[in-house]
Amino acid sequence: MATKHSSSLARFMIAPAVLLLLVWMIVPLSMTLWFSFQQYNPLNPIRDGFIGFSNYLLFFNNPAFIASIINTLAIVVSVLLITVIGGIFLALLLDQPMWGQGIVRILVISPFFVMPPVAALVWKNMIMHPGYGVFADIARFFGFQPIDWFAQYPLFSIILIVAWQWLPFATLILLTSLQSLDSEQREAAEMDGAGFVNRFIYLTLPHLARAITVVVLIQTIFLLAVYAEILVTTNGGPGYASTNLPFLVYQKALLEYKIGQASAGGIIAVILANIVAFFVMRAVGKNLDR
Amino acid sequence: MARKISNRHKTVATIAAWLVAFLIFFPILYTIITSFKSETEAIAGFNLIPSWTLESYSEVQSQYNYFKPFMNSVIISIGSTILALIVAVPAAWAMAFTPTKRTKDVLMWMLSTKMMPAVAVLFPIYLIFRDLGLLDSRVGITVMLMLINLPIVIWMLYTYFREIPVEILEAARMDGAGLWQEIWHVLTPMAVPGIASTMLLNIILAWNEAFWTIRLTTTNAAPLTAFISAFSSPQGLFWAKLSAASTLAIAPILIMGWFSQRQLVRGLTFGAVK
Repeated sequence: MATKHSSSLARFMIAPAVLLLLVWMIVPLSMTLWFSFQQYNPLNPIRDGFIGFSNYLLFFNNPAFIASIINTLAIVVSVLLITVIGGIFLALLLDQPMWGQGIVRILVISPFFVMPPVAALVWKNMIMHPGYGVFADIARFFGFQPIDWFAQYPLFSIILIVAWQWLPFATLILLTSLQSLDSEQREAAEMDGAGFVNRFIYLTLPHLARAITVVVLIQTIFLLAVYAEILVTTNGGPGYASTNLPFLVYQKALLEYKIGQASAGGIIAVILANIVAFFVMRAVGKNLDR
Repeated sequence: MARKISNRHKTVATIAAWLVAFLIFFPILYTIITSFKSETEAIAGFNLIPSWTLESYSEVQSQYNYFKPFMNSVIISIGSTILALIVAVPAAWAMAFTPTKRTKDVLMWMLSTKMMPAVAVLFPIYLIFRDLGLLDSRVGITVMLMLINLPIVIWMLYTYFREIPVEILEAARMDGAGLWQEIWHVLTPMAVPGIASTMLLNIILAWNEAFWTIRLTTTNAAPLTAFISAFSSPQGLFWAKLSAASTLAIAPILIMGWFSQRQLVRGLTFGAVK
């Protein structure tokens, strides 16, 4: 069906998108790569030029770097654990027959549509504030001393907020997948006398495996890049207690003007993201072949 | 087929689900409630019944000129979505209807651009924007959001277009339809729902984008994400005002989101889960 004429037309139709994405990907990324080997401070007109891998060494020798990598991984792993396990339970619960299922669904997915600065500020001030937050009210009600969450447990607080934002996503995807489970298969298993636990382990979980993979991979991309939640709550502190890699790179670039080091950090972030991207592409690519 | 579900099972499930849903929704609910309190009420301890005053809403407008960032959000999210569709519809269309052996590679490559961490190109983009005079301009941030969402838009459209059966084209051709008639009368009506869903999801994503909007705008072009972030340095009592500003910022998108649950799954998983 595709004639010569239509295939050249097709190329013409795809060209703008490809060109835009090509420029968007290559130009800034090569600039970052170039800066990562340069001594460059925009406030200081004297440039020392090419300095090899010194920026990378400086970045690696900065105690903040190790902290930021650990924090980045802590955020990714904890939020994934909370959202996947919580999401499976929630999806199973929402899949049960009940009254008002539509409304329950709407309530559960809502946090996903809350913009990150609002989510972070609402949790910081309305829920976790040591003086006026709901947690403090509850603590006082039971006669405990309210906890200053963001000062004492900064990373945990951020993990809690981010998990709240992503739990709906995991739930929604797992629920969608759950609902495509063949009900005949389920009934057959039930008739064979498989209990709830057995059905879950041998039927439901294998069926969900693909959706779980997708949730883990896609969330990882976004969780590696958590930024606004840190900016408006702890600002990376106290010290570097809640600084992740993106936040450290932002601080180096726009607050300290250490462009070389920031760029080296950016390249490290790209490498990290690429490792994840490799697996995402494989998972998505498999689906494309079907 | 009908599984016998006892009423007891249903009652237990209902109570458990409503309880969990309430807990998850609570921060949003409490924000909405607090937005109708006065500032002194807002810090007077836990209370679910406000005095239904609108003073926080009017103060947010009079003190902070709330309407401006709100309109910026509207312009930027809708503008970037339309720009993305103009580029993406032809591309997705061509890949869906005249696929070649390279189509898959092109799609995968487009997806890979979405995975580049924003922070890695923060400074170059900052420099480019500064030199082109695009910092804190609505045009600049609109183009930026168009670029970062373009891969998702193309992917979503592609998965929708691919579901349009090609046989229907052949049938139209047998009836003597020309190319334009084909596109206008046969394909367009079938493609519109997919385009509409894509548009909806992309407006949500653009509205909530909170890295580039915060870093590339300051006052003039600042949308709600940047505006709300600046609320983090409190001067005096601001709980009720924060709640009012937050409620207005999330309400439109929350409602849109409720209508696009299915498309959300599809768009954000690049068609891997439907």
